[in-house]
Amino acid sequence: MTEEGPVAEETDETTTKRPVRVFLVDDHGLFRAGVRAELDQITDDVEVVGEAGSVAEAVAGITHRKPDVVLLDVHMPDGGGAEVLRKVRPELPEVVFLALSVSDAAEDVIAVIRAGARGYVTKTISSQELVQAVVRVSEGDAVFSPRLAGFVLDAFADRPGAAPISDPELDLLTPRERDVLRLLARGYAYKEIAAELFISVKTVETHVSSVLRKTQLSNRYELSRWASDRRLV
Amino acid sequence: MVETDERRSVATQDAERTALVPDDGRMRRRRTGRAIAGVAGGLADHLQLPVLWVRIAFAALAACGGAGILAYGLLWVFVRQQSNEQPQEVSGKERQQAFGLVALGIALAVAAGTLSGIVNGWVAAGLGVTLVGVAVVWREADESQRRRWRDASRAGGVRGVVFGGGGGTALVRVLTGAALVTTGIAVFVFRALALDQVQFALVAVVAALVGVAVLTVPWWLRLVRDLGDERTARIRTEERAEIAAHLHDSVLQTLALIQKQPDVSREVLRLARGQERQLRGWLYGPSGYGKGIAAGSDPKKPAPETLSGAIGNAAGEVEDSFAIKVHHVVVGDCPVDDKLRALVKAAREAMVNAAKHAEVGEVSVYAEVETGQVTVFVRDRGKGFDPDGVSPDRHGLADSIRGRMDRNGGTVRLRSAPGEGTEVQLSMPLATANT
Repeated sequence: MTEEGPVAEETDETTTKRPVRVFLVDDHGLFRAGVRAELDQITDDVEVVGEAGSVAEAVAGITHRKPDVVLLDVHMPDGGGAEVLRKVRPELPEVVFLALSVSDAAEDVIAVIRAGARGYVTKTISSQELVQAVVRVSEGDAVFSPRLAGFVLDAFADRPGAAPISDPELDLLTPRERDVLRLLARGYAYKEIAAELFISVKTVETHVSSVLRKTQLSNRYELSRWASDRRLV
Repeated sequence: MVETDERRSVATQDAERTALVPDDGRMRRRRTGRAIAGVAGGLADHLQLPVLWVRIAFAALAACGGAGILAYGLLWVFVRQQSNEQPQEVSGKERQQAFGLVALGIALAVAAGTLSGIVNGWVAAGLGVTLVGVAVVWREADESQRRRWRDASRAGGVRGVVFGGGGGTALVRVLTGAALVTTGIAVFVFRALALDQVQFALVAVVAALVGVAVLTVPWWLRLVRDLGDERTARIRTEERAEIAAHLHDSVLQTLALIQKQPDVSREVLRLARGQERQLRGWLYGPSGYGKGIAAGSDPKKPAPETLSGAIGNAAGEVEDSFAIKVHHVVVGDCPVDDKLRALVKAAREAMVNAAKHAEVGEVSVYAEVETGQVTVFVRDRGKGFDPDGVSPDRHGLADSIRGRMDRNGGTVRLRSAPGEGTEVQLSMPLATANT
């Protein structure tokens, strides 16, 4: 699929594009091997430079290899993906994290997003879509699965009786962002969203990134609760 | 040097263990750094006071008709020991101080009793000897409890229960304590009271019974507590068995089915999807296993049917029947009434249509509960069709979707073109605005 459209083509002027260097973190060796094989097989855009099976290994490996993107499992012993994010991000802010998990429970998803992941996809994602997601986060964009978009919409919903908004700048979504999220939740690709809302793909990306930023920084009660349940704050 | 290092490492391990075990905020008697039973120390830890104050308070209370001694005894009986040992630094001076306070407390109690004329010297002596005997026996019981914890084994038989594998010295200590108690009671009965023979016999029997009861308190308590522990262990075992049974009935069976027909990819996919959904429901569903009791709701009472549940069920049924993937995302939730039931049925019909005609493996369903209305989108990226070109004898869309929505006051919007997939948008106004 070529859903990046003309905008994406403009951004990579260099024809000899360096492949995105990916680091795999998952405590299931079988799953790591599967992802590595698939990524090696279907594309040259992505190169797996290392893998780790535990939080400690991951922190050491990422610090050593300095990959572009880390594919991060959410559930691992010793604190899981959020712990890796907490340990690595302060030192290597340029490394981008994409959470990849079998869980689609709201607290798991929100927890890693709050800890700083640039996106969240479930393990049932097809390999092509995974490659797209990796390339997209490596370009600084955010990746929302429909379900994650749903959770964020849910958390930012204006419900009667909800806690008062303390920071309207962060704690509300603009109507446009809401529209974009809704279409994401309906399973639209960026290009389709752009066409539907009569805006450019670049604008869609901007909206999605700003939603991600709000999700990470907002004081919304629902988000805070998820985070505090998981001892993230 | 080596020894201190070792001790430190043990100490840190213990500290870690203490940190891991959630503190339930209950008082525990100290096991180390204690004078008699660690009651004062435990109370001091619990109230976050210096232990010296607590001991002085007990000694002072002992002067009030022995209330301090009684309180100490009751706390000894009803407060459990710490189950792990946190080393407490106890200086020799503090130990001396503690024993001095114990002696002072007893002396105060005796003095107050004698001065107020309630008890005479013999009664005081008898009670004193009895108390010392009781203290010796109970302390031995604490020790045997501790040995049992340390060895993590249950010594069988009466001997094991009484002495907890303490060997000969334990036996000597228990017998000494019992002898002291007997002596104390005997002194009390023979010398303190002037009685005729019948009264004497009665009092002697009662005193003997009381003596035995007091001496065996620790073991009665242990029996009761062991019973509680065993019940907890049994509940845990049953829980584990339930998980195993569930995994066996569902996951293993499905895996067996998958292995039998590895070449039929559609069937394998269908089985895997169905199993995944079932397992997820079991783990994270409304009465799910992973939610635990903390989630609140009574597991026996079925939760009211909600929109998200209904949409999930419909999506699951379509997945099972047509071996496709139905992604469903529901934002907000509300209880299902007749109108919404019709909406869910219409949405299900739309999913079925997509599964049958779109010729793709994936359908997206998105439902949103807004103030005043519920909207559902059913979307596929399939081959699409020309809405105006549908032959009039096809009833699926007309009757099952449009008809149903019209009857209940909802609306249907359809977007489709050949080659561009199909999207059905269903909206239903909500009956009550407060949902």
